[in-house]
Amino acid sequence: MFSSRKLSLLLGIAAAAGAFASAAEPGHFGYGKTATPAEIAGWDIDARGDDGLGLPPGKGTVERGTEVFADQCAACHGTFGEGEGRFPKLVGGAGTLKNDRPELTVGSYWPFAPTLFDYINRAMPMPAPHTLSADDVYALTAYILNLNDLVPSEFVADRDSLPKVKMPNRDHFIWTDPRPDTTSKPCMNACADPASVKIMSTAEGNGLTPRTTGPLDTMQPK
Amino acid sequence: MSVLPKPAGVSAQQLGRRSFLGLGAALTGGLALGLKPGNAAEPVPAFPPADPPWSQALGPGVVDRPYGRPADFEAGVIRRNVPWLTAGTQSSISFSPLQDLHGIITPNGLFFERHHAGRPDIDPDQHRLMIHGLVERPLILTMKDIVRFPQVTRIHFIECPANGGMEWRASQINSLQFNHGMISCAEWTGVRLSTLLEEVGIKKEAKWVLVEGADGAHMNRSLPLDKCLDDCLVVYAQNGEALRPEQGYPLRLVVPGWEGNVNIKWLRRIKLGDKPWYSREETSKYTDLMPDGTSRGFTWLIDAKSVITFPCPEKPLAGPSLYEIRGLAWTGNGKVKRVDVSTDGGVNWQTARLHEPVLSKALTKFTLPWQWDGQPALLQSRVIDETGYVQPTIADLRKQRGSNSVYHNNSIQTWQVKPDGSVFDVQLA
Ligand code: HEC
Repeated sequence: MFSSRKLSLLLGIAAAAGAFASAAEPGHFGYGKTATPAEIAGWDIDARGDDGLGLPPGKGTVERGTEVFADQCAACHGTFGEGEGRFPKLVGGAGTLKNDRPELTVGSYWPFAPTLFDYINRAMPMPAPHTLSADDVYALTAYILNLNDLVPSEFVADRDSLPKVKMPNRDHFIWTDPRPDTTSKPCMNACADPASVKIMSTAEGNGLTPRTTGPLDTMQPK
Repeated sequence: MSVLPKPAGVSAQQLGRRSFLGLGAALTGGLALGLKPGNAAEPVPAFPPADPPWSQALGPGVVDRPYGRPADFEAGVIRRNVPWLTAGTQSSISFSPLQDLHGIITPNGLFFERHHAGRPDIDPDQHRLMIHGLVERPLILTMKDIVRFPQVTRIHFIECPANGGMEWRASQINSLQFNHGMISCAEWTGVRLSTLLEEVGIKKEAKWVLVEGADGAHMNRSLPLDKCLDDCLVVYAQNGEALRPEQGYPLRLVVPGWEGNVNIKWLRRIKLGDKPWYSREETSKYTDLMPDGTSRGFTWLIDAKSVITFPCPEKPLAGPSLYEIRGLAWTGNGKVKRVDVSTDGGVNWQTARLHEPVLSKALTKFTLPWQWDGQPALLQSRVIDETGYVQPTIADLRKQRGSNSVYHNNSIQTWQVKPDGSVFDVQLA
């Protein structure tokens, strides 16, 4: 038997719990404000890799790309995309993916050309990302594809042409994870012949380990 | 004018001054503690029978350090990088000092870092989260709005899938910190991503979610909608305080059990779509190249892994004695079920003790007592998770994946213990 006061207290608690349960209906909480088309346009920068959805208007030639690249990119990536120091190479490596030392670049590895526009647009040039015009980003994309012999020198990159560029490695990705791909058994005793337990490699004395005490290490490769 | 009493007794004062100078020299000059440079004098003992200077002095008061910090003696316990690994520090990684950590929670200042365009310092009043795309009502939220949503708190690890990536070919780096320190674990507080997505209304064509950061890399990844609705969190707090800038202040995504890179920091945009975006970070990078030239993409899951954190190269043994082998285990597939330890390179195993709490997609601590007789030993740990998956050897992994796949090396670590107690990173046949 509930007194009416107890009952209304219980109902009150139930109502409060309901209000904070997960939002079944859109706008349940009503926090924030609706994003306007102009606000969305300012941040909606993604271009989808496989079909180029989201690529903006504009266009750029290999020739224009040569100039912008020399100006904005060559200091790190080398004039012809060969990479300065440890900065990434943007060309080469074709046919090396099965090698012992494969070289993964835009030309040898990337599956989709629109991804190149997307990445340059969002992340490069590294010291001033997302500061180039769409035309210049298209031009740089054309230039890097041309350096990799994937498009001719008269190629013009735009929202229609980029999704049509067939990247050499496009069909060599598996987009569903095949793991677990090992099936070890948790053996407890006499799991191997003790004589077969051999050290194949050791990190001892190879001079690659930065120090782990005292101030930060600055070691560079020999 | 001081209201503090003078230290009593000349000897204590001298003692205090001497060891204070000694400490100063040690900290600035990197010398052993308590030794004065160019002085052959022995450090003054501060243990029985002597009463140490800090016991005969008045220390600094409250708010001497309004935001506390570790003891000066712990100055070497820091995140460290491998300078030769990357072109610079802006797109690079630092490693947590696991050898000096004792629990499952990583202190905020020691949480590993992975930036792609350096660390932005974001004014939270100016930060916005935009949710749009295939939604009923696109939304812009301020930080104040986000904090109003129902809160959840969870403990989860985050691991960079390149953790251990330098060891695919062979043992290279003689260190626990550098071979395993791209994992950290924290208590995260925020709002369920599902709450935010339900609030904007998910259109039925929506299957994928783009998540993007406000850093210079505009770091972006695609996630399946199912995972976003399952257990992803949009968090603003880490171990009870605001996120650290290095971990995404003021807002980041936590994708429990999945590779670190998808846990977008400085989260500013969420877009719903019908297909994945195939961004650079999920094509050029964070894909796993196999020996036959094909690559695996969207390998998000962190498979079960464990490592012995004591002893390790940084923490050798000090002679034959009874020791406690200690370590950490984790899995992106739920909970750790069991950890076994071998001291003979995997011939015989013993089950270690798991320490509470054993939480889903969180670091789990294990220990095992070990009487070391001073003979050479090969220490290994092997985790089994609640799905029954058993942590593989590096040889097993190489058989499947070769040695060029960079990411997801979750193999058993072998520590070689030499008779002098020193410990080395090795790989077995
Ligand atoms: C200050 C040096 C610097 C400059 C200037 C620079 N980049 Fe980069 N670039 C980098 C670094 C470092 C990376 C790797 C970043 C990472 O992995 O997070 C990179 C990565 C890239 C990649 C991806 C490579 C791959 O295979 O994944 C492309 C493409 C690229 N840059 C293009 C450009 C273009 C185009 C410009 C000029 C607009 C440019 N970069 C300017 C440093 C630079």
